[in-house]
Amino acid sequence: MSRTEESSKSSPVIEFRGVGYQLANQTLLHDISFSVFAGETLVLLGRSGAGKTTALKLINRLLAPTYGEVHVGGRSTTSWDSILLRRSIGWVIQESGLFPHYSVESNIAVVPKLERWADDRVTARVSELMQLVGLEASLRTRYPHQLSGGQRQRVGVARALAADPRILLMDEPFGALDPITRTELQKEFLNLQRSLRKTVVMVTHDLHEALVLGSRIALFDSGKLIGVFTSQEFANSQDPRVREYLSPFREAALPI
Amino acid sequence: MLDFFIKNRGQIASLTLEHVWLVGIAMTIAVIVGVPLGILVSRNAWLRKPILGATNILQTIPSLALFGFLLPAPWLGARADRLAIVALVLYALLPIVRNTYTGIMAIDPAVKEAAVGMGMTDGELLTLVELPLSAPFMLAGIRIATVTAVGVATIAAAVGAGGLGELIFRGVAMVNDQLILAGAIPAALLAIAADVVLGALENRMRVPKS
Repeated sequence: MSRTEESSKSSPVIEFRGVGYQLANQTLLHDISFSVFAGETLVLLGRSGAGKTTALKLINRLLAPTYGEVHVGGRSTTSWDSILLRRSIGWVIQESGLFPHYSVESNIAVVPKLERWADDRVTARVSELMQLVGLEASLRTRYPHQLSGGQRQRVGVARALAADPRILLMDEPFGALDPITRTELQKEFLNLQRSLRKTVVMVTHDLHEALVLGSRIALFDSGKLIGVFTSQEFANSQDPRVREYLSPFREAALPI
Repeated sequence: MLDFFIKNRGQIASLTLEHVWLVGIAMTIAVIVGVPLGILVSRNAWLRKPILGATNILQTIPSLALFGFLLPAPWLGARADRLAIVALVLYALLPIVRNTYTGIMAIDPAVKEAAVGMGMTDGELLTLVELPLSAPFMLAGIRIATVTAVGVATIAAAVGAGGLGELIFRGVAMVNDQLILAGAIPAALLAIAADVVLGALENRMRVPKS
Protein backbone atom coordinates (compact mmCIF):
# COMPACT_ATOMS: atom_id res chain seq x y z
CA MET A 1 0.00 0.00 0.00
CA SER A 2 1.48 3.24 -1.17
CA ARG A 3 0.02 5.27 1.65
CA THR A 4 1.77 3.17 4.26
CA GLU A 5 5.08 3.19 2.41
CA GLU A 6 4.91 6.90 1.94
CA SER A 7 4.11 7.66 5.56
CA SER A 8 6.61 5.19 6.99
CA LYS A 9 9.36 7.52 5.87
CA SER A 10 8.15 10.15 8.31
CA SER A 11 8.41 9.67 12.06
CA PRO A 12 5.58 7.71 13.68
CA VAL A 13 2.73 9.52 15.44
CA ILE A 14 2.39 6.72 17.95
CA GLU A 15 5.13 4.30 18.85
CA PHE A 16 5.23 1.37 21.27
CA ARG A 17 8.78 0.60 22.39
CA GLY A 18 9.06 -2.75 24.13
CA VAL A 19 5.91 -2.12 26.17
CA GLY A 20 4.67 -4.49 28.84
CA TYR A 21 1.70 -4.10 31.13
CA GLN A 22 1.08 -6.10 34.26
CA LEU A 23 -1.82 -5.96 36.65
CA ALA A 24 -1.62 -7.80 39.97
CA ASN A 25 1.11 -10.18 38.76
CA GLN A 26 -0.82 -10.94 35.61
CA THR A 27 0.88 -10.01 32.38
CA LEU A 28 -1.68 -8.45 30.06
CA LEU A 29 0.82 -7.20 27.48
CA HIS A 30 4.21 -8.66 26.78
CA ASP A 31 7.04 -6.70 25.14
CA ILE A 32 4.99 -4.95 22.43
CA SER A 33 6.62 -2.78 19.76
CA PHE A 34 4.87 -1.19 16.80
CA SER A 35 4.39 2.18 15.16
CA VAL A 36 1.39 4.06 13.81
CA PHE A 37 1.98 6.62 11.08
CA ALA A 38 0.13 9.81 10.20
CA GLY A 39 -3.14 9.27 8.37
CA GLU A 40 -3.25 5.50 8.60
CA THR A 41 -5.82 3.31 10.31
CA LEU A 42 -4.15 0.63 12.35
CA VAL A 43 -6.54 -2.07 13.49
CA LEU A 44 -5.73 -4.00 16.65
CA LEU A 45 -7.25 -7.41 16.03
CA GLY A 46 -7.52 -10.34 18.39
CA ARG A 47 -9.82 -12.39 20.58
CA SER A 48 -11.34 -11.11 23.81
CA GLY A 49 -8.61 -10.78 26.40
CA ALA A 50 -5.80 -10.60 23.85
CA GLY A 51 -4.72 -7.20 25.16
CA LYS A 52 -6.06 -4.94 22.39
CA THR A 53 -8.02 -2.60 24.63
CA THR A 54 -5.15 -2.51 27.13
CA ALA A 55 -2.85 -1.39 24.31
CA LEU A 56 -5.35 1.29 23.28
CA LYS A 57 -5.62 2.65 26.82
CA LEU A 58 -1.84 2.91 27.03
CA ILE A 59 -1.95 5.46 24.19
CA ASN A 60 -4.09 8.03 26.03
CA ARG A 61 -2.58 7.04 29.35
CA LEU A 62 -5.69 5.63 30.91
CA LEU A 63 -3.01 3.05 31.74
CA ALA A 64 0.73 3.52 32.17
CA PRO A 65 3.17 0.87 30.93
CA THR A 66 4.80 -1.41 33.51
CA TYR A 67 7.92 -1.37 31.37
CA GLY A 68 8.88 0.13 28.03
CA GLU A 69 7.56 3.39 26.63
CA VAL A 70 4.64 4.55 24.56
CA HIS A 71 5.46 7.64 22.51
CA VAL A 72 2.78 9.99 21.22
CA GLY A 73 3.89 12.88 19.03
CA GLY A 74 7.51 12.01 19.78
CA ARG A 75 7.18 12.12 23.57
CA SER A 76 6.67 9.39 26.12
CA THR A 77 3.10 9.39 27.46
CA THR A 78 4.50 9.51 30.99
CA SER A 79 6.18 12.84 30.27
CA TRP A 80 2.93 14.36 28.91
CA ASP A 81 0.43 16.15 31.12
CA SER A 82 -2.18 13.38 30.93
CA ILE A 83 -5.09 15.84 30.72
CA LEU A 84 -3.49 17.63 27.72
CA LEU A 85 -2.61 14.31 26.12
CA ARG A 86 -6.18 13.03 26.39
CA ARG A 87 -7.72 16.24 25.09
CA SER A 88 -5.52 16.03 22.00
CA ILE A 89 -6.73 12.48 21.28
CA GLY A 90 -10.27 11.58 20.21
CA TRP A 91 -11.72 8.59 22.05
CA VAL A 92 -14.66 6.54 20.76
CA ILE A 93 -15.99 3.63 22.76
CA GLN A 94 -18.99 1.36 22.49
CA GLU A 95 -22.30 3.14 22.81
CA SER A 96 -22.45 3.18 26.60
CA GLY A 97 -19.87 5.94 26.76
CA LEU A 98 -22.23 8.84 25.97
CA PHE A 99 -23.22 11.02 28.91
CA PRO A 100 -26.86 10.09 29.59
CA HIS A 101 -27.66 13.44 31.23
CA TYR A 102 -26.36 15.48 28.28
CA SER A 103 -28.21 16.26 25.06
CA VAL A 104 -26.64 15.34 21.72
CA GLU A 105 -25.33 18.88 21.44
CA SER A 106 -23.80 18.88 24.93
CA ASN A 107 -22.26 15.47 24.40
CA ILE A 108 -20.52 16.63 21.24
CA ALA A 109 -19.45 19.89 22.90
CA VAL A 110 -17.74 18.30 25.92
CA VAL A 111 -14.10 18.78 24.94
CA PRO A 112 -14.55 22.24 23.34
CA LYS A 113 -16.32 23.32 26.55
CA LEU A 114 -13.52 21.88 28.68
CA GLU A 115 -11.14 23.85 26.48
CA ARG A 116 -13.28 26.95 27.13
CA TRP A 117 -14.13 27.78 23.54
CA ALA A 118 -16.47 30.73 23.03
CA ASP A 119 -20.16 29.73 22.91
CA ASP A 120 -20.78 30.68 19.28
CA ARG A 121 -17.70 28.76 18.18
CA VAL A 122 -18.94 25.67 20.06
CA THR A 123 -22.41 25.98 18.49
CA ALA A 124 -20.95 26.31 15.01
CA ARG A 125 -18.62 23.36 15.55
CA VAL A 126 -21.48 21.15 16.77
CA SER A 127 -23.53 21.95 13.64
CA GLU A 128 -20.54 21.22 11.43
CA LEU A 129 -19.85 17.89 13.11
CA MET A 130 -23.47 16.75 13.11
CA GLN A 131 -23.54 17.32 9.38
CA LEU A 132 -20.19 15.59 8.95
CA VAL A 133 -21.31 12.38 10.70
CA GLY A 134 -24.81 12.43 9.14
CA LEU A 135 -26.96 13.46 12.10
CA GLU A 136 -30.07 15.51 11.38
CA ALA A 137 -30.07 18.94 13.00
CA SER A 138 -33.38 18.11 14.69
CA LEU A 139 -31.59 15.57 16.91
CA ARG A 140 -29.58 18.31 18.57
CA THR A 141 -31.68 18.53 21.72
CA ARG A 142 -32.37 14.80 22.05
CA TYR A 143 -30.85 12.68 24.80
CA PRO A 144 -28.89 9.47 24.21
CA HIS A 145 -31.76 7.22 25.35
CA GLN A 146 -33.93 8.75 22.62
CA LEU A 147 -31.52 7.74 19.85
CA SER A 148 -31.01 4.55 17.89
CA GLY A 149 -27.77 2.61 18.33
CA GLY A 150 -26.43 3.92 15.03
CA GLN A 151 -27.26 7.51 15.93
CA ARG A 152 -25.59 7.12 19.32
CA GLN A 153 -22.45 5.88 17.65
CA ARG A 154 -22.46 8.83 15.25
CA VAL A 155 -22.69 11.14 18.25
CA GLY A 156 -19.75 9.26 19.78
CA VAL A 157 -17.66 9.83 16.66
CA ALA A 158 -18.68 13.50 16.45
CA ARG A 159 -17.78 13.95 20.12
CA ALA A 160 -14.35 12.44 19.57
CA LEU A 161 -13.71 14.68 16.55
CA ALA A 162 -14.95 17.86 18.26
CA ALA A 163 -11.63 19.49 19.09
CA ASP A 164 -10.11 18.26 15.81
CA PRO A 165 -7.58 15.89 17.37
CA ARG A 166 -4.81 14.42 15.27
CA ILE A 167 -5.31 10.98 16.70
CA LEU A 168 -8.51 8.97 17.03
CA LEU A 169 -8.74 5.91 19.29
CA MET A 170 -11.71 3.65 18.68
CA ASP A 171 -12.60 0.74 20.96
CA GLU A 172 -14.97 -1.57 19.08
CA PRO A 173 -16.87 1.46 17.82
CA PHE A 174 -19.34 -0.52 15.74
CA GLY A 175 -19.47 -3.62 17.95
CA ALA A 176 -22.93 -3.12 19.42
CA LEU A 177 -24.73 -2.38 16.15
CA ASP A 178 -26.90 -4.55 13.95
CA PRO A 179 -25.12 -5.79 10.78
CA ILE A 180 -26.83 -3.38 8.40
CA THR A 181 -26.15 -0.28 10.49
CA ARG A 182 -22.65 -1.53 11.09
CA THR A 183 -21.86 -1.84 7.39
CA GLU A 184 -23.36 1.58 6.77
CA LEU A 185 -21.25 3.19 9.47
CA GLN A 186 -18.12 1.38 8.29
CA LYS A 187 -18.63 2.84 4.82
CA GLU A 188 -19.13 6.28 6.24
CA PHE A 189 -16.06 5.91 8.38
CA LEU A 190 -14.01 5.14 5.26
CA ASN A 191 -15.39 8.21 3.50
CA LEU A 192 -14.76 10.36 6.52
CA GLN A 193 -11.25 9.05 6.93
CA ARG A 194 -10.50 9.72 3.25
CA SER A 195 -11.11 13.42 3.81
CA LEU A 196 -9.95 13.84 7.43
CA ARG A 197 -6.89 11.53 7.34
CA LYS A 198 -6.67 11.18 11.10
CA THR A 199 -4.22 8.78 12.64
CA VAL A 200 -6.60 6.07 13.81
CA VAL A 201 -6.06 3.11 16.11
CA MET A 202 -9.11 0.87 16.19
CA VAL A 203 -9.78 -2.19 18.32
CA THR A 204 -11.97 -4.94 16.93
CA HIS A 205 -12.37 -8.70 17.11
CA ASP A 206 -14.12 -8.72 13.74
CA LEU A 207 -11.75 -9.81 10.97
CA HIS A 208 -14.02 -8.52 8.24
CA GLU A 209 -14.07 -5.08 9.83
CA ALA A 210 -10.30 -5.17 10.21
CA LEU A 211 -9.78 -6.01 6.53
CA VAL A 212 -12.24 -3.39 5.31
CA LEU A 213 -11.19 -0.49 7.52
CA GLY A 214 -7.54 -1.05 8.33
CA SER A 215 -4.54 0.30 6.47
CA ARG A 216 -2.70 -2.31 8.48
CA ILE A 217 -3.68 -4.96 10.99
CA ALA A 218 -1.85 -5.68 14.25
CA LEU A 219 -2.76 -9.17 15.41
CA PHE A 220 -2.72 -9.78 19.17
CA ASP A 221 -2.85 -13.09 20.94
CA SER A 222 -2.66 -13.63 24.73
CA GLY A 223 -0.90 -10.34 25.35
CA LYS A 224 1.61 -10.75 22.55
CA LEU A 225 1.82 -9.01 19.21
CA ILE A 226 1.93 -11.68 16.49
CA GLY A 227 2.73 -9.17 13.77
CA VAL A 228 1.57 -6.17 11.80
CA PHE A 229 0.22 -6.91 8.32
CA THR A 230 -1.44 -5.21 5.39
CA SER A 231 -4.76 -6.80 4.38
CA GLN A 232 -3.01 -8.66 1.55
CA GLU A 233 -0.23 -9.91 3.76
CA PHE A 234 -2.76 -10.98 6.36
CA ALA A 235 -4.93 -12.92 3.92
CA ASN A 236 -1.90 -14.66 2.37
CA SER A 237 0.08 -15.27 5.53
CA GLN A 238 1.31 -18.79 6.23
CA ASP A 239 1.70 -18.09 9.95
CA PRO A 240 -0.49 -20.71 11.69
CA ARG A 241 -1.78 -18.15 14.20
CA VAL A 242 -2.98 -15.94 11.36
CA ARG A 243 -4.44 -18.88 9.45
CA GLU A 244 -6.27 -19.96 12.59
CA TYR A 245 -7.90 -16.56 12.61
CA LEU A 246 -8.85 -16.85 8.96
CA SER A 247 -10.15 -20.42 9.03
CA PRO A 248 -13.67 -19.77 10.37
CA PHE A 249 -14.15 -17.32 7.51
CA ARG A 250 -12.74 -19.77 4.96
CA GLU A 251 -14.98 -22.54 6.22
CA ALA A 252 -18.03 -20.36 6.00
CA ALA A 253 -16.86 -19.35 2.52
CA LEU A 254 -17.42 -15.72 3.33
CA PRO A 255 -16.03 -13.20 0.93
CA ILE A 256 -13.32 -11.40 2.82
CA MET B 1 -60.81 18.77 68.79
CA LEU B 2 -60.99 21.41 66.07
CA ASP B 3 -61.94 23.96 68.71
CA PHE B 4 -58.80 23.06 70.60
CA PHE B 5 -56.65 23.63 67.51
CA ILE B 6 -58.28 26.96 66.77
CA LYS B 7 -58.02 28.13 70.35
CA ASN B 8 -54.32 27.30 70.51
CA ARG B 9 -53.41 28.07 66.92
CA GLY B 10 -50.90 30.75 67.94
CA GLN B 11 -48.86 28.36 70.04
CA ILE B 12 -49.15 25.47 67.59
CA ALA B 13 -47.97 27.71 64.78
CA SER B 14 -44.98 29.04 66.67
CA LEU B 15 -43.94 25.54 67.80
CA THR B 16 -44.32 24.28 64.21
CA LEU B 17 -42.05 27.08 63.02
CA GLU B 18 -39.54 26.21 65.72
CA HIS B 19 -39.73 22.60 64.59
CA VAL B 20 -39.14 23.53 60.96
CA TRP B 21 -36.24 25.73 62.02
CA LEU B 22 -34.57 22.93 64.02
CA VAL B 23 -34.94 20.43 61.20
CA GLY B 24 -34.00 22.96 58.51
CA ILE B 25 -30.76 24.04 60.19
CA ALA B 26 -29.86 20.43 61.03
CA MET B 27 -30.47 19.20 57.47
CA THR B 28 -28.49 22.06 55.96
CA ILE B 29 -25.50 21.18 58.12
CA ALA B 30 -25.97 17.46 57.48
CA VAL B 31 -25.91 18.00 53.70
CA ILE B 32 -22.87 20.29 53.93
CA VAL B 33 -21.03 17.63 55.95
CA GLY B 34 -22.55 14.45 54.53
CA VAL B 35 -22.22 14.99 50.76
CA PRO B 36 -18.47 15.74 50.88
CA LEU B 37 -18.01 12.73 53.19
CA GLY B 38 -19.83 10.56 50.64
CA ILE B 39 -17.60 11.90 47.85
CA LEU B 40 -14.51 11.29 49.97
CA VAL B 41 -15.58 7.72 50.64
CA SER B 42 -16.19 7.11 46.93
CA ARG B 43 -12.59 8.11 46.17
CA ASN B 44 -10.73 6.48 49.06
CA ALA B 45 -11.60 2.84 49.56
CA TRP B 46 -9.79 2.72 52.89
CA LEU B 47 -12.11 5.36 54.39
CA ARG B 48 -15.20 3.38 53.46
CA LYS B 49 -15.35 1.14 56.53
CA PRO B 50 -14.49 3.72 59.20
CA ILE B 51 -16.79 6.46 57.89
CA LEU B 52 -19.77 4.33 56.90
CA GLY B 53 -19.29 2.29 60.10
CA ALA B 54 -19.27 5.37 62.31
CA THR B 55 -22.39 6.86 60.73
CA ASN B 56 -24.02 3.45 61.02
CA ILE B 57 -23.30 3.21 64.74
CA LEU B 58 -24.59 6.75 65.31
CA GLN B 59 -27.90 5.73 63.88
CA THR B 60 -28.26 2.69 66.14
CA ILE B 61 -28.16 4.88 69.27
CA PRO B 62 -31.71 5.46 70.52
CA SER B 63 -32.50 9.13 69.99
CA LEU B 64 -33.48 9.85 73.56
CA ALA B 65 -30.17 8.36 74.73
CA LEU B 66 -28.24 10.45 72.17
CA PHE B 67 -29.81 13.64 73.50
CA GLY B 68 -28.89 12.45 77.02
CA PHE B 69 -25.30 11.67 76.06
CA LEU B 70 -24.78 15.10 74.52
CA LEU B 71 -26.25 16.95 77.51
CA PRO B 72 -23.00 17.08 79.56
CA ALA B 73 -20.92 18.26 76.57
CA PRO B 74 -19.55 21.72 77.47
CA TRP B 75 -20.55 23.91 74.50
CA LEU B 76 -23.53 21.83 73.42
CA GLY B 77 -25.14 21.46 76.80
CA ALA B 78 -25.25 25.22 77.21
CA ARG B 79 -28.14 25.60 74.80
CA ALA B 80 -30.83 23.06 74.13
CA ASP B 81 -31.39 23.99 70.46
CA ARG B 82 -27.66 23.62 69.74
CA LEU B 83 -27.70 20.18 71.26
CA ALA B 84 -30.83 19.16 69.37
CA ILE B 85 -29.37 20.31 66.06
CA VAL B 86 -26.14 18.39 66.58
CA ALA B 87 -28.06 15.24 67.46
CA LEU B 88 -30.27 15.61 64.39
CA VAL B 89 -27.20 16.13 62.18
CA LEU B 90 -25.57 12.97 63.54
CA TYR B 91 -28.74 11.01 62.76
CA ALA B 92 -29.03 12.41 59.27
CA LEU B 93 -25.46 11.58 58.23
CA LEU B 94 -25.89 7.89 57.50
CA PRO B 95 -28.51 8.10 54.74
CA ILE B 96 -26.83 11.13 53.16
CA VAL B 97 -23.28 9.77 53.20
CA ARG B 98 -24.32 6.30 52.12
CA ASN B 99 -26.58 7.45 49.30
CA THR B 100 -24.03 9.92 47.96
CA TYR B 101 -21.47 7.14 47.92
CA THR B 102 -23.87 4.59 46.41
CA GLY B 103 -25.01 7.08 43.77
CA ILE B 104 -21.47 7.77 42.62
CA MET B 105 -20.54 4.09 42.60
CA ALA B 106 -23.68 3.20 40.61
CA ILE B 107 -22.63 5.29 37.60
CA ASP B 108 -21.79 3.15 34.56
CA PRO B 109 -17.98 2.71 34.66
CA ALA B 110 -17.90 3.19 30.87
CA VAL B 111 -19.34 6.69 31.30
CA LYS B 112 -16.70 7.57 33.88
CA GLU B 113 -13.96 6.10 31.74
CA ALA B 114 -15.18 8.09 28.73
CA ALA B 115 -15.04 11.24 30.85
CA VAL B 116 -11.50 10.55 32.01
CA GLY B 117 -10.42 9.42 28.53
CA MET B 118 -11.69 12.67 27.04
CA GLY B 119 -9.44 14.60 29.36
CA MET B 120 -11.60 15.64 32.30
CA THR B 121 -9.75 16.50 35.48
CA ASP B 122 -10.95 14.88 38.70
CA GLY B 123 -12.87 18.04 39.60
CA GLU B 124 -14.56 18.13 36.19
CA LEU B 125 -15.45 14.45 36.45
CA LEU B 126 -17.08 15.15 39.81
CA THR B 127 -19.03 18.29 38.92
CA LEU B 128 -19.95 17.52 35.30
CA VAL B 129 -20.60 13.79 35.52
CA GLU B 130 -20.66 12.19 38.95
CA LEU B 131 -22.71 14.72 40.93
CA PRO B 132 -25.42 15.24 38.30
CA LEU B 133 -25.74 11.51 37.68
CA SER B 134 -25.86 10.63 41.38
CA ALA B 135 -28.21 13.50 42.29
CA PRO B 136 -31.36 11.34 42.47
CA PHE B 137 -29.65 8.93 44.91
CA MET B 138 -28.35 11.82 46.96
CA LEU B 139 -31.79 13.44 47.12
CA ALA B 140 -33.33 10.11 48.14
CA GLY B 141 -30.89 10.04 51.07
CA ILE B 142 -31.70 13.63 51.98
CA ARG B 143 -35.41 12.85 51.79
CA ILE B 144 -35.14 9.84 54.11
CA ALA B 145 -32.96 11.84 56.50
CA THR B 146 -35.38 14.78 56.54
CA VAL B 147 -38.47 12.69 57.16
CA THR B 148 -36.66 10.90 59.98
CA ALA B 149 -35.42 14.18 61.41
CA VAL B 150 -38.96 15.61 61.59
CA GLY B 151 -39.89 12.66 63.81
CA VAL B 152 -36.74 12.63 65.90
CA ALA B 153 -36.97 16.37 66.46
CA THR B 154 -40.13 15.86 68.54
CA ILE B 155 -37.92 14.12 71.10
CA ALA B 156 -35.71 17.22 71.28
CA ALA B 157 -38.36 18.72 73.55
CA ALA B 158 -37.16 16.31 76.23
CA VAL B 159 -34.00 18.39 76.58
CA GLY B 160 -35.92 21.64 76.29
CA ALA B 161 -35.18 22.45 72.64
CA GLY B 162 -38.80 23.23 71.88
CA GLY B 163 -40.64 22.27 68.73
CA LEU B 164 -43.82 20.26 68.40
CA GLY B 165 -42.49 17.66 70.83
CA GLU B 166 -43.29 20.09 73.59
CA LEU B 167 -47.02 19.63 73.04
CA ILE B 168 -46.61 15.87 72.86
CA PHE B 169 -44.57 15.62 76.07
CA ARG B 170 -46.96 17.94 77.86
CA GLY B 171 -49.91 15.90 76.60
CA VAL B 172 -48.33 12.66 77.79
CA ALA B 173 -47.64 14.13 81.21
CA MET B 174 -51.18 15.43 81.53
CA VAL B 175 -52.78 12.39 79.86
CA ASN B 176 -54.38 14.80 77.39
CA ASP B 177 -54.98 13.28 73.94
CA GLN B 178 -55.89 16.60 72.40
CA LEU B 179 -52.56 18.07 73.42
CA ILE B 180 -50.66 15.06 72.08
CA LEU B 181 -52.49 15.29 68.76
CA ALA B 182 -51.87 19.03 68.58
CA GLY B 183 -48.17 18.14 68.40
CA ALA B 184 -48.38 14.89 66.47
CA ILE B 185 -50.64 15.96 63.61
CA PRO B 186 -48.58 18.97 62.51
CA ALA B 187 -45.42 16.86 62.85
CA ALA B 188 -46.90 14.16 60.63
CA LEU B 189 -48.02 16.75 58.09
CA LEU B 190 -44.53 18.25 58.07
CA ALA B 191 -43.00 14.83 57.41
CA ILE B 192 -45.43 14.16 54.56
CA ALA B 193 -44.77 17.58 53.05
CA ALA B 194 -41.00 17.03 53.18
CA ASP B 195 -41.45 13.61 51.59
CA VAL B 196 -43.60 14.92 48.74
CA VAL B 197 -41.49 17.97 47.95
CA LEU B 198 -38.13 16.18 48.06
CA GLY B 199 -39.59 13.19 46.23
CA ALA B 200 -40.73 15.43 43.38
CA LEU B 201 -37.29 17.02 43.22
CA GLU B 202 -35.70 13.56 43.15
CA ASN B 203 -37.87 12.54 40.21
CA ARG B 204 -36.96 15.64 38.27
CA MET B 205 -33.27 14.83 38.68
CA ARG B 206 -33.68 11.27 37.49
CA VAL B 207 -31.82 10.57 34.27
CA PRO B 208 -33.50 8.12 31.93
CA LYS B 209 -31.47 5.01 31.27
CA SER B 210 -30.24 4.59 27.76
